[in-house]
Amino acid sequence: MTQTATGGGSELTGLTAADLADRLASGEVSAVEATRAHLDRIAAVDGTVHAFLHVDEEGALAAARQADDDRAAGRPASPLAGVPLALKDVFATSDMPTTCGSKMLEGWVPPYDSTVAERLREAGIVVLGKTNMDEFAMGSSTENSAYGPTRNPWNTERIPGGSGGGSAASLAAFEAPLAIGTDTGGSIRQPGAVTGTVGVKPTYGGVSRYGLVAFSSSLDQPGPCARTVLDAALLHEAIAGHDPMDSTSINAPVPQVAAAAREGAAGDLTGVKVGVVREFAGEGYQPGVERSFQAAVAQLSKLGAEVVEISCPHFEYALGAYYLIAPSEASSNLARFDAMRYGLRVGDDGTRSAEEVMSMTREAGFGPEVKRRIMLGTYALSSGYYDAYYGQAQKVRTLITRDFTAAFEQVDVLVSPTTPSTAFPLGERTGDPLAMYLADLCTIPVNLAGNAAMSVPSGLSDEDGLPVGLQIMAPAMADDRLYRVGAAYETARDAASGGPLIESIPALEVA
Amino acid sequence: MSKISRDEVAHLAGLARLAVTEEELDTFAGQLDVILESVARVGEVAAQDIPPTSHAVPVTNVFREDEVRPSLPREAALDGAPAAEENRFRVPRILSEEA
Repeated sequence: MTQTATGGGSELTGLTAADLADRLASGEVSAVEATRAHLDRIAAVDGTVHAFLHVDEEGALAAARQADDDRAAGRPASPLAGVPLALKDVFATSDMPTTCGSKMLEGWVPPYDSTVAERLREAGIVVLGKTNMDEFAMGSSTENSAYGPTRNPWNTERIPGGSGGGSAASLAAFEAPLAIGTDTGGSIRQPGAVTGTVGVKPTYGGVSRYGLVAFSSSLDQPGPCARTVLDAALLHEAIAGHDPMDSTSINAPVPQVAAAAREGAAGDLTGVKVGVVREFAGEGYQPGVERSFQAAVAQLSKLGAEVVEISCPHFEYALGAYYLIAPSEASSNLARFDAMRYGLRVGDDGTRSAEEVMSMTREAGFGPEVKRRIMLGTYALSSGYYDAYYGQAQKVRTLITRDFTAAFEQVDVLVSPTTPSTAFPLGERTGDPLAMYLADLCTIPVNLAGNAAMSVPSGLSDEDGLPVGLQIMAPAMADDRLYRVGAAYETARDAASGGPLIESIPALEVA
Repeated sequence: MSKISRDEVAHLAGLARLAVTEEELDTFAGQLDVILESVARVGEVAAQDIPPTSHAVPVTNVFREDEVRPSLPREAALDGAPAAEENRFRVPRILSEEA
């Protein structure tokens, strides 16, 4: 299947990663040509979309030349060698700035590479640049970036989701066929849903966190973003696997996700049991999102899956537990930004104490959402409140994990809408933190329990014409189930509606 | 749950080393109050006998061989420092004048 969307720019930027990889393998296209095409596309549309914080033209072309040389010598680094990619600006890269969307790290170039960056390089994947994000990955709209928001390519007055809005938007704008995100409470899946792209949060421990700037260490998980399920699978296999540099990395074989995606694309889900989460419906859900979800469930059933309703009674407490646990861990993790060893320093006039400089720097370097969460976490962990807040949240985390365990005794995967609404207008929720948090309602339970989930486009909402995502959830280390079910659904949906959803995206104005 | 006061926010900001402005104290007090009221719902769950989960992957003591490996060169470690002097991080004074 070849994507040649109206909004796809040149022929090369409209290709899926799998198709581009095939053309690279056959010698029909060089990695330099493919990289050049994407850099041109970025130059043409990123003034509008603002998916990138940093574009490394020179580095990308050098990596592309290397990929071409390796292929000419008969030893391509991997199946994705020479394919361009957009990397979320939360991963340490020794050859590019790493800002996390924060003034605190403006211009900072890390002295080492994250494992993800290293694996991408080893696979011969061409990193085009670093993508925009909510500051330190805290947010659901990318409006918390200190460098200005990213715009949704479907409608540039709308948010692209967050925190990984830059990565998702780069895919929808055809600036890159692949991207990397991180998902702490939905930061890969929710942007995927609202931009009509695919996003996967692998099992916790499936992809190394080494060199990932920590937000909430027990929840953070890097994962693949793409325009198709197969592309996400290919990227998943390139970055996953045990890493001794991350002590929580799982030392077990990586699930065979690419094979699962190919099997799924054959379109038969006979024998697969799908559970619809009863709690994720009704009040607070946009009607068009619910209708799209119901249609998706009907489609799964048509493919042979047995669909049942499943109750996960503690999921309704997940949002509260998350907004206690994640800020608590963040308040501790972000203590490292102390103005001493790297990053911003403000007010060091020779008379002020280290503590005063530290407080002035943190005040100047952090944006409002980061400050809010640091204080919320400080509160939840302080004596007198610890048991009622953080302690109780940890117990709820146990109950949510048990809900999943009980559900997966009955079904192979669970499904829900990825997020309760389509992309909301820029600025709509910036003054109301709680309304912003609701965007993560359905994605959070998986982060708390550590299992795997995917968002795959389920069509456009009938009331506003914006993309909706279907969330598929699987047990820990059963990531392959996401890809099998996701690919089967994607193939059927595309066939029923006459092509991939992304082909119906309006063309962006080209500079 | 008691409402969070402006003074409490000022205390939290002090603990978190954030030199917040007077205006921020007002904004954050209001917002944190709304957020805390919402997340306090976790207290409705009867969980007396439920063990807490701090981590999805319950691992303890991941060991590796104790081998000498190259570490960051000094220049690389100091490269991103706000201030460096004589191959060391230069920091503001850490003791008060009287000390």
